Amino acid sequence: MSMRGAVSIVGAAETERLGKIPDQSAIELHAEAARRAIADAGLRLQDIDGVACAGESPVEVAEYLGITPHYLDGTHVGGSSFMLHVRHAAAAIAAGHCSTVLVTHGESGRSRVGMQPWAPAPQSMRGQFEVPYGVMGAPTTFPIGILRYMKEYGMTPEQLATVPVVQRQWAAMNPRAKLRDPITVEDVLASRVVAHPIHLLECCLVTDGGAAVVLTSSERAGVMDLPHDPVHLLGSGESSESAMISMMEDFTSSRAFRTAGERAFAEAGIRHADVDHLMIYDAFAHVPIYGLEDLGFVGKGEAPSFVEEGHTAPGGSLPLNTNGGGLAYTHTGMYGMFAIQESVRQLRGQAAAQVPDVNISVALGNGGMFMSAGVLVLGTPAALAA
Amino acid sequence: MTAKPVPQPTPNTEPYFEYAARGELRVPRCRACGLAFMYPRTACPSCASEDLEWLLCSGRATLHTYLINTRPAPGFEEDAPYAIAVVELEEGPRLMSNIVECPQTSEALVLDMDLEVVFDKHGDVAVPKFRPVGRTS
Repeated sequence: MSMRGAVSIVGAAETERLGKIPDQSAIELHAEAARRAIADAGLRLQDIDGVACAGESPVEVAEYLGITPHYLDGTHVGGSSFMLHVRHAAAAIAAGHCSTVLVTHGESGRSRVGMQPWAPAPQSMRGQFEVPYGVMGAPTTFPIGILRYMKEYGMTPEQLATVPVVQRQWAAMNPRAKLRDPITVEDVLASRVVAHPIHLLECCLVTDGGAAVVLTSSERAGVMDLPHDPVHLLGSGESSESAMISMMEDFTSSRAFRTAGERAFAEAGIRHADVDHLMIYDAFAHVPIYGLEDLGFVGKGEAPSFVEEGHTAPGGSLPLNTNGGGLAYTHTGMYGMFAIQESVRQLRGQAAAQVPDVNISVALGNGGMFMSAGVLVLGTPAALAA
Repeated sequence: MTAKPVPQPTPNTEPYFEYAARGELRVPRCRACGLAFMYPRTACPSCASEDLEWLLCSGRATLHTYLINTRPAPGFEEDAPYAIAVVELEEGPRLMSNIVECPQTSEALVLDMDLEVVFDKHGDVAVPKFRPVGRTS
């Protein structure tokens, strides 16, 4: 049974504000994003019969909003969770478990209002085999493979620093991006070393914010009075590797990225040349490098040159992270939902830095430190008909 | 100063830490397929066999990859900046560790350099760490 195009994103929205929002708790960010996404779809709260989210429990989000769900998905595998929610929702809608699913994200990543502290239990595997060595959150673990990648493939510090430089070019065109001033490779390399070899400007933002999408069957989407085209889910994939980055099979490549990507591309029946627009979760500058290779857009070790040559920049052949990404747009902690939002905007022709003629957009979500992955291949009605 | 984090062994990992307390680095090895692996589990992650043994490792390893952390975790205030590393044991498995008795600089920490295990104590628990071999001191 093919899921290609069976389900569509009919509503998508972010919270009005992104950045520092100390007057809204995490659950309220979920709720605001939900209300806006439902309105974007021209639906009412009563139309929603499925709820999915991470961070908060879908029970809490459903109850907070006043929804009696027929479908709940609390898959919580980090920042990729929302790609998985979309994938699972498509299956549930196709199976008839529910008709209209709301996927929400809200995180008070900066202000920490209504959030739980980060602390693996000392008896967890991370508590036993990583925490004793002085790890404390993403900057102390996520970049650990970069030196290996540099040795294996000759990536230079300047090439790595080019990733945030290019994304800032996209962000400069986006009034909602947090960081919009142009930067140079020299600026990046002169910024504070957070964890050698990574510099401050190669690390994502830490912000507050929320976003949500609404999905329903493409059949129903076709008869809805939508103010915009539906965005069809052409293919999807998900996978995982290890909750401990030290257990990665290969420190220069994510098995989860590769596995999820292969599945998504196969289901969508597309080739890489068909992709007009790409989002790759960028918690740190090296993640898009890994993602470009692991999704197969370039060969192993070729991504640093590919970025350096401008292929992912404005005017390039493969526009990447066109909202500015986690490095320049926003990063609440579990950023994946914002990658989906930008894919939707590009496919609708509503993006701030709009790429011409986007018919197929791919969004790769990362969870944890290369722990999990979700890949969505999204398309316009024209792409579905092709 | 805060103490360094103390791992709390669980039934699957208890022998690893008990051996470490005796100065032995042992990792599980599957008798069925021969795979030595980390972290300790009660079945082989490759072939699912539960016929495992605790392989005594030589303690020799190489520096596979690392970063140098500047913002100390609790208990590491006096160590910062310090390397958080992944070492590859001679027997194959990799594990996270710290590199001790060595400047915590990119000049001193060279990928694939030879290392040997030493045991540190966090609370009552022995924690394997690694130091360069062939030091002049």
